[in-house]
Amino acid sequence: MSRLILDEPGKEILLMGNEAIARGALEAGVRVAAAYPGNPSSEIIGNLAQVAKEMGIYVEWSVNEKVAAEVAAAAAVSNMNALVAMKQNGLNVACDFLLNLNLTGIRGGLVVIVADDPSGISSSNEQDSRSFAKLADIPLLEPSTFQEAKEMVREGFELSRRTGNFVMIRSVTRISHARGNVILGPLPKDFPVPYFDTSKPLCPIPTSITHVALHRRFKEAEEILKDSEFNEYWGPEKPELLVITCGSGWLFSKEAIDILGLCSRVAVLKVGTTWPLPKSFLIKHLQKTRRVLFFEEIDPVLENNVAELYAQHNRELPLIEFMGKNSGIVPGTGELSPELILNALGKVTGEAVEFDENQAGQAKDIIEGYAPQRSMAFCAGCPHRASLWAIKQALSLDGRNGVLFGDIGCYALGILPTGFSQLKTVHAMGSGAGMACGFGNFHQFGVNQPSLAVCGDSTFFHAVIPVLVNAVHQRSRFLLVVLDNSATAMTGFQPHPGSPVDAMGQNTSPIVIEDLCKSLGLPTVVMDPFDLDGTIETVCEMIREQTGPKALILRQECALVSGKKQGKKYQVRIDPQRCIGEECGCDRLCTRVFKCPGLTWDRSEKKSRIESVICNGCGVCADICPSHAIVKESA
Amino acid sequence: MEKDPYNVVVAGVGGQGNVLGTQLLGAVLVDQGYKVTIGETYGASQRGGSVMSHMRVSMTDQYGPLIPPRCADLVIALEPSEAVRVLAQYGNPNTVTVVNTRTIFPVDVTSGNLAYPEKDALMAKIIALSKKAFFLEATEKALELGNPILANIIMIGAVSGAGILSITEVELAKAIRENISSDKVDVNLKAFAIGKEMTNCD
Repeated sequence: MSRLILDEPGKEILLMGNEAIARGALEAGVRVAAAYPGNPSSEIIGNLAQVAKEMGIYVEWSVNEKVAAEVAAAAAVSNMNALVAMKQNGLNVACDFLLNLNLTGIRGGLVVIVADDPSGISSSNEQDSRSFAKLADIPLLEPSTFQEAKEMVREGFELSRRTGNFVMIRSVTRISHARGNVILGPLPKDFPVPYFDTSKPLCPIPTSITHVALHRRFKEAEEILKDSEFNEYWGPEKPELLVITCGSGWLFSKEAIDILGLCSRVAVLKVGTTWPLPKSFLIKHLQKTRRVLFFEEIDPVLENNVAELYAQHNRELPLIEFMGKNSGIVPGTGELSPELILNALGKVTGEAVEFDENQAGQAKDIIEGYAPQRSMAFCAGCPHRASLWAIKQALSLDGRNGVLFGDIGCYALGILPTGFSQLKTVHAMGSGAGMACGFGNFHQFGVNQPSLAVCGDSTFFHAVIPVLVNAVHQRSRFLLVVLDNSATAMTGFQPHPGSPVDAMGQNTSPIVIEDLCKSLGLPTVVMDPFDLDGTIETVCEMIREQTGPKALILRQECALVSGKKQGKKYQVRIDPQRCIGEECGCDRLCTRVFKCPGLTWDRSEKKSRIESVICNGCGVCADICPSHAIVKESA
Repeated sequence: MEKDPYNVVVAGVGGQGNVLGTQLLGAVLVDQGYKVTIGETYGASQRGGSVMSHMRVSMTDQYGPLIPPRCADLVIALEPSEAVRVLAQYGNPNTVTVVNTRTIFPVDVTSGNLAYPEKDALMAKIIALSKKAFFLEATEKALELGNPILANIIMIGAVSGAGILSITEVELAKAIRENISSDKVDVNLKAFAIGKEMTNCD
C-alpha cells in the first residue's frame, strides 16, 4: 500500500513536498485531480494517480494545463473538491480559463497548485507566478515546510468552499522537490454528493456584477485568513532587524540567524497567506522595528505588497528602512540559498560571515583542478542524438541554411553541442512548430531557407495540433519533425494521448500521430532515427520542394525505457585494429563530435573505447565511424 | 548523532540512484525519531549530470533543504570527482567521506575536451579535504550482484559498517518495502551486507 493513503492519524513519515500536497488533498476529500506534467509539480498528480483506484478518485494526465484546469473546474462547479497542479509555464497556458472562472466562482472546492522553479533548474524560464493571485483577486497561500504543504492544501479546500472561489497555492522547487517530516491527519469517509445545479448557469458576463462579486469573495477570504496560523513570528519582540519572508526563506533565515549568533537582535516574520496580506499582523510587528529585510523567491512580490501596506498605514508606523531586492541587498533573480541569506544578513547587521568570497574562490580552484564539469548531454543511446545527427547531415547536404525551430523537452538540449547545436530557437511548448509555420511562409520576401521544427510526442498533443491546422490553412512550407520517443521523458514518463494506458492505468485507445497528420492532408512519413542513412535521405527529400506543410515522425523509444524493458539491442565494441585514433582523419568524430557518453576517448591508448556500463547498445555510432572500427553485434 | 543538525551530502552522477538512496536513509532516520529534511540538486539532464542530495538530521528541528557552505559532517560520494566537488564547497576539517572509487567520465572528458584527474592525485585530494576517508569498490561489488545501481545501498551499508550512522537490516528492509517494493528487499539487503562488511573494523 502506498504511504500516501495510510489511515493512521498522528503517524509521522518522510514525504516529498509534492507527496505532502497530494496527501493534503486526500485529507480534504479531493475527488478529481488533473494536470499536465511539468517539474517541479509532476509528482502531485503522479502520486494521486497511483492511489486513484483505492481511494475511488478520478485522476487524469490532461493534454495540457488549460484542459486540466477545465476538467478540475467541472468537478468544482458540481459540488466536488478538485485539484489542478502545474508548473509556472502551465499557469500561463491555463490563465485564460482561470481569469474567467474567478468571475463566475465555483460550487465546490478548487485548489490550484502552481509550483514555481526559481533559477529555472528544470525549466525554460524563471517566473514568479504569485502576481497572478493579485491579477485574479484570489487568495494565495505559500507553504514553508512539508507539514505546511499538506495543511495548506487541506485548509485551502475549506477556504475555497467557504468563499465560493478557487484558491492558489504556490510551491517552489525547494518545497515540492524536497522531503521532510509530515504528521498525517485523518482521511475523510463522507463526501459531498456531486451535482450540477442547472438552474444557476455560470457566466462572467456582465462583469459589472461578477467582478463586484469577485471582490466580495476576496474580502471574505481576507477576513477568514487574517488570524491564520500560517503566519508566524519568531524572535525578540522589538528586533533591531525584522526579516520578512515566505516559502523556502523561513527555514533558511532561522538557521542563518542562529549561525550568525543574531537570535537576540533579529526576528523573522513568516507570511504564509501571501495574498491578501495579513494586514494587522504585519502592522503590529512593523510598529516594533526600524529595519526590515525581505527574503523571497523570485520577484519582490511580498516586498512590494508590504511597501504598499506601509504607504497606506504610514500614520500608524515609524520610519522604516526597507531592504531587499529593490535596494539591491538581495539579488533580483534566482532562488534563495543558505549562502545568499548568510551573506545578506551579514552585510545588513555587520556580522562577519565565515563563508566569504575568498573561500568561495578557493573552492572554485579545487573544483576546477579535480572535478571536471559535467555538461548536459543526451543519455547514452538517446534517439534524439540520432535524429539531430540526421537533421544536421540533411541540412548540410541541402545547402540552403535551413532553420530548425525547437521548443521544450529533453530535445531542447539540441541547442547545445550534445545536439550538434541544431536547434536555433527554444521557447514555449509547441512554439517551434508555430514559428516554423510562420517562417515557412516568407518566400514572398525572397526567403529560401528551409523551415523545420522539432517537437516531442507529448508536446505534439499539448500545443502543436492547432499549428498544423493553421499551417494547412496558410499553406506554410514547413516540415514538422516529431521526435516520438513514446514518453513524456523529461518529467518522468507520464502517459499522454498517444499512450495505450491512462494515468490510472486503464487501457485506452492511443491517438496515432501519423494518422492525425494524414487526416489534415499532410504528406507524412514515419522513420526510425537509428536508420541514419534513411532518415537523412528522407529529410532531404521532404524539404526539397515544398508547397505546404509536411510531417516526419522519427519514432524510437526513449533509451531509459527501452534499456529497462529489453536490455541492449547490440553489443558494441571497438575493433582496435581498425580504430587508428589520432592518425585517422576523422579527428575523433565519435567522441569529440557525436559525444555519446557510452564512447570514451582513451588518452593512454589514443583510441576510442566503449564504456560498457554506460553504453545502451543502440548501435548508431557503428554507422558514423568512417573507419568502420565500431562493431555492433546483436546482443 | 554527534552533532545537531547532522548534515549529510550524498553526491554522484545522474542515474546512480543517489536520490532513492538518500530517501531510504531518510525514511530510516524518521522512523528512528529524527526530523529529517532532504533537498536535491540536479540539472535538467536525466543522466550524466552532477546530482547532490542534502540531508539534515536533527532531534529537535526541521531544517532547510540545503546545507550552508562548509557545514557537511558526512559526504557519501558515489563517484570520486563528485566527492571533491562537494568537499570543496561543503567540507570542513571534521568532514568524514565515504567514496565509491569507480569513476564516471563527464561527456566533457570522454569527448577529449577536459582531462579527468589522475586517480592517485584525486584520492590524495579527497584525503586532504577530509578528517577521515573510506574508499570502496562499490560499483564492482554491485556488478557482482548483477546491477551497478546497487552501489548506492552498498555505500549505505559501508556508512553503517563504519559506525557513522546506525542502521539495521530490519529498518532498511522496512524502508525499502514502504518506499520501493517488497520484491526489492532481498537484493538490497545483500548489497547492504556487502557494504557493511567492507568498512566493519570490529
